[in-house]
Order: sequence, then structure tokens, then C-alpha cells
Amino acid sequence: MIKAINELGSNVLASIEQIGRTFNLLVIIAWKLTQPPYQIYPIIKQMYFIGARSLTVIIISGVTIGMVLGLQFYNTLERFGSVGVLGSAVALSIIRELGPVMTALMVVGRAGSAICAELGIMRISEQVDALECMAIAPDKYLVAPKLVAGILSVPLLNFVFNVVAIGGGYYVGVVLFGMAEGSYINGMIDSVVWSDVRLGLMKSLIFGMLITLICCAKGFYLHLSEHGSKGAEGVSRVTTDAVVISSIAVLFCDFLIGAVMS
Amino acid sequence: MDTATTNAIEIRDLVVDFGSRRILENISFDIHQGEIMVIMGGSGAGKSTLLRCLLGLKAPTSGHIHMLGTDICHATKTDLYKMREKMGVAFQGGALFTSMSVAENIQLPLREHTNLDENTIQIMTRIKLDMVNMLPHENLMPSELSGGMTKRAALARAIIMDPKLLFFDEPSAGLDPITSAELDELIIKLKKSMKMTIVVVTHELESVFAIADRIAILGDRELIQIGTPHEIKASCDKRVIDLLNRTPRESIVDSDAHLKRLTRNAQS
Amino acid sequence: MNKINIELVTGVFVIIGIACFTWLAVAVAGATFTEQPGYTLSARFTSTSGLREGAIIEGAGVRIGTVTGIAFDPESFEAIVELRINENVPVQEDAIAAIRTQGIIGEKYIKIIPGGFDELLTDGMELFETESSISLEELVSRYIFSSD
Ligand SMILES: Nc1ncnc2c1ncn2[C@@H]1O[C@H](COP(=O)(O)OP(=O)(O)OP(=O)(O)O)[C@@H](O)[C@H]1O
Ligand SMILES: [Mg+2]
Repeated sequence: MIKAINELGSNVLASIEQIGRTFNLLVIIAWKLTQPPYQIYPIIKQMYFIGARSLTVIIISGVTIGMVLGLQFYNTLERFGSVGVLGSAVALSIIRELGPVMTALMVVGRAGSAICAELGIMRISEQVDALECMAIAPDKYLVAPKLVAGILSVPLLNFVFNVVAIGGGYYVGVVLFGMAEGSYINGMIDSVVWSDVRLGLMKSLIFGMLITLICCAKGFYLHLSEHGSKGAEGVSRVTTDAVVISSIAVLFCDFLIGAVMS
Repeated sequence: MDTATTNAIEIRDLVVDFGSRRILENISFDIHQGEIMVIMGGSGAGKSTLLRCLLGLKAPTSGHIHMLGTDICHATKTDLYKMREKMGVAFQGGALFTSMSVAENIQLPLREHTNLDENTIQIMTRIKLDMVNMLPHENLMPSELSGGMTKRAALARAIIMDPKLLFFDEPSAGLDPITSAELDELIIKLKKSMKMTIVVVTHELESVFAIADRIAILGDRELIQIGTPHEIKASCDKRVIDLLNRTPRESIVDSDAHLKRLTRNAQS
Repeated sequence: MNKINIELVTGVFVIIGIACFTWLAVAVAGATFTEQPGYTLSARFTSTSGLREGAIIEGAGVRIGTVTGIAFDPESFEAIVELRINENVPVQEDAIAAIRTQGIIGEKYIKIIPGGFDELLTDGMELFETESSISLEELVSRYIFSSD
């Protein structure tokens, strides 16, 4: 019994330590980014990996989600005789909620896990130590470009997702069910205002930072975690953790931002 | 000041723990400027750990390490990084960056710390690659290298900045005798021509006596003996003699006791 | 993978992303980064329930402006709404600003009903005649209580 309580206590402590470490990493990197040398190419390379390579999966999931929403809303709204608001219903739920959240989750699955595994492997194969020994700060050299690229790429992906999802809803509403084209588009234009787009932008900026930060910190600090000295198994455990934690963080933050902003 | 110029590294009362396990206890010795110091010891004796302390990668539990006048255990990050620009390290596993080719790996310190033009960087890379006999493989990725090639590429990366101090963990493990001898020669050449202070961790007795100016032997957490190859060969310490004669561990020779140990769980 | 390739693809990605953002912000949300020519009026409502910043202002069914701000006045316990009216649209001193809904559950917007005075409102002035939003719940409860 006492052993169980002890274990719980040390687990809680370890989690708090991890949160502290993660945000410490953010602060260190933010500080180091203000110091020269400023390098653009590593960021472009990471944006290619996190952003450009995620474009396909974002477009596919965006169209699908838009079509599903169109279908569901259409069926529901038809009962109240107000299919006219389909455009605004689809657009608002995509722009304010689903776009940022789905984009973030997709990026976690496609790029976040890979980032975490890459940094974890670099840690266990002493590549991070090698950087240290060459007097190259590994946090700035390895983590900073990923973090910046994450913060820039996720909002861009989010807007692509929004547009293709609105297109998916349009396809279902206008092309499949034959509602008036003007009513979908104008309904959407009338109801969506700048503050909706701004909310989505803010959410995806925060999510982008959050997921890259968590995935980077998990891999980068592999040696300090409880799976630290377990080689390949350690990497796989930490990667699983990173995906689960960043997904939950996204959903929780979405709730928090929603609660604070409205 | 006089000691600071002749001693490149001074290690004083070094104690290192991993959690509750003590790995090194009260290690004290000096490494002179311009010498090749070989650190020997059985597997798991703590050689790599000692090296990590020297590199400032692991903070010791207590004790001091002075390197070229800087106390690297208590130095600021900036001082430590300045120090590290004068150090070259080749890790036991190579630690090449898997996303870059061999040549790119070797160029990295140059690109990060100097403003040399592309042409000069290429030439310097070739010179170092040629030194370790890796010139034909400069465009391979680390995943395409054999163990020995990885070691040689790592050495090339370690010496690209012409460091004052060179650390080398297990240079000859996994190399064929010819390459191994070539590496030994290279290490001696580096000492002679570039006046490098070189710390080598190795098991290979042949190369130990070929390159060492002095030898430090670790075992049982402590420094067993330190001295010139001549002194080590003449040592009376049983552990040193065993190591040099490659005497198998006693447990395996005494088969009865060994059998008992292996079947301990089955009997109880 | 050579450098040019990665840079090119990333560039295309960034352009697509920014294009999507611009379309959403300008065409869909109607954000204007240069302020449109026009003038700003204010109006007080006892309830703006459901009205949002960026909502449309209509005159005779045509869009003539945008709601640019909604603030709460703790002294009078009223909402103060900022109305951005397009240039060359006259609003008389006794014109009425009414909060209306498109359909039953549609978006709230402000309807300007023209008045009969000759004096026109200019930038910074207040519209005194207002009609607050009528909530569905209120209508329903009024119906229930008046019918017994
Ligand atoms: N990260 C770690 N956590 C806990 N214990 C460790 C860690 N790294 C090394 N050790 C322990 O420290 C001791 C010394 O390890 P070290 O790697 O220094 O040995 P070594 O002398 O280099 O051996 P080898 O010749 O096999 O490379 C070993 O007993 C090992 O179990
Ligand atoms: Mg070792």
C-alpha cells in the first residue's frame, strides 16, 4: 500500500518535472533564437518536412471531414426547413473548431511522431553529445528549427484544411443535394467574420507550438526519462507518449481557448 | 603557471555516481601537454564515463577537472563551449549524423564555427578524409558504412578543426589489423606534427604499446596504476598483470565455484 | 533530395497556405486591411444578444456597413454598438437601428430604417432610435403568458 502511494508520488513528481523541463526548453530556445547566427535554411528544411509533406494528408482529411459535416448538417437542418444556413454551419464549425484541431492531430501523427523518434535516436546514439562536443548547441541546432517550422506550418496547413473542407461541404450541399449555390456561399460569407478566422489562426498557432514543443522535448530529453537507458524500446515508448500527450494537450487547449474566448 | 603549461588536464579526487551506483572513486591524475595518454580497463570499468566527465557531458558527484586552465566541472556554458572548440572527440559508436553524408558530417564544425569559403572547406575536408583513408567514401551516408569506416569518419570529424586536445573512445575496436596500425600511426603523427594532446581509450594491447606515452589503468572504480608503458609492463599488481596477459577471470577458471554461481537460482 | 527541390516545394506550400488564408480572411470573413471609406456611428441597445462583431448592416436589404465593435456600458447597463457606415450612405438623425435575424435561427444583423428628418448624422454621432434583438425564448414566453 505504502509502496503504491510512493510510486504514485514519484510518478506525479516526474510528470511535473517533465512539464517544467518542456517549458524550460521553450524559454531557452526563444532566448537563443534572438542570438546570432540566424539560419533560415534549416527552418525551410523542417517546413518541408512538417508542412509540405503533410499537405496530402491534410487535403484528404479536410475534404472528407467537410463532406461528412455537409451531409450531417444537411440531414439535420432539413428537418427544420433551414438548409439555407448549411454554408455558415459548415464554415463556422470548420474555421473555429475542427480545422485547427484536426490539422494539429494530423500533424502530430505524421510529423510529430517522426520528430520525436528522430531526436530520441540522436540522443541514444550520442549524436546530441557529439554536437555538444563540437561546441554546437544542440537545442538551437536541432530543436529550434523544428519548433519555428511547427509554429509556421500548422497555421498554413490549417487554412488549407479550412478551404478544402468548405469545398467538401459545398460538394455535398450544392452538387449532391442541389441547394442553391448562392445560398451556400453567401450564407457562409454573411456569417463568418474576421474574429472567427482570427480565433482559428490563434488556435493553430498555439497548437503548432504545443505539439512540436512536446514532441521535441520528449525525444530530446529521452535520457532523462524513465525509459532513458532502454535503447530502441525507450525511443518507441517515448514516441508513443509524445503522440498521446500532444493529442490530449491539443484537445484540452481547444477547450481552454474556447472557454476563455467566448 | 608552470604546471598549467605542462599539464593539459588535471583530474583531482573525481567521484562519479549513476544514481546510487558508484562508478568511479577518487580518481586523480594528470595528462601532460603533447602526450598520448591511453586509458585501459576491463569492460564496464568506467572508461567511457571518465571520458564523458572530461568532455563536460557528465557532471561528477565531486572533484575537479582542470583543462588548459579551465575548471570544466564548474565553468559557465560559454566558457565550456569556448573550451570545446579546442577539443575534438570521436565517440565509441561514431555518433555520425545520420541525415548527412560523410563529407557533410566532417564539414559541420567548419561551417558552424568559421567563415571559410566553400572551396577551402572542400579542400580541408579532403585532406582530413585522406588522412583516415576515407576519401573514396566521402559521399556515402553513415548508414552505408561499416563499423571501421564509421570510426575513421568520426576521427576525421574530430580533427577537422585541428584541436589542441583529442579524445578517442575505442579507436581500433572492430578494425582490421592494417587499418588499425594505420590509425595508430596517424595518432602518433597527429601528436608529432600538430602537437595535440591525445587521450585514447582502448583495449587493444598491441596498439596501446605502440602509441602510448603513458598508460592509466582503471578497475574496481579506482585508478589501479598509471605510468609509462615500461613501468606498466614491469608492474607487480596482479590486476595489471592479468589484464596484460589476458588471463581469464578467475570465476571461469574455477569451474566448481562458477557452476555453483550459475545454478544458484535452480537450487534454491 | 537536393536543396532546390526542397526550397521549391516548401515555397509552393507556403504560397498555397497564404492564398487559403487570404481567401478566408478577405472573401469569406470580409476583413479589410485598409479601412473602407465611410464614417462611424454609435447606437445603444438594451440587448444585442446574438449580434457579433463583423455583422452586416443593411438598408433596404442591401449591405451598407459593418458592426465594428460591441461594448458594455456598466452605468446604463446597455450595449454600445459601433456602426461603420459606407461612404455616401446617408443616415438621418431619426433613423432607426434594429437588430434582426435572418430567418428563424439565422445570423443577427442590423437593419437601418430611414427616418424623415433632413439632418444627417456624421462621423462619431449617435443613433438614438434603436430596437434591440428579440430572442426566440422571449417571444415564446410572451405568447405563453398572454394566452392564459
Ligand atoms: N547512463 C547510465 N546509467 C546508469 N549506469 C551507467 C550509464 N552509463 C554507464 N553506466 C554504468 O557505468 C559503468 C561504466 O560504464 P562505461 O560505459 O564507462 O564502461 P567502459 O569502461 O567504457 O566499458 P566498455 O569498454 O565496454 O566501453 C558500467 O557499469 C555501466 O553499467
Ligand atoms: Mg566505453
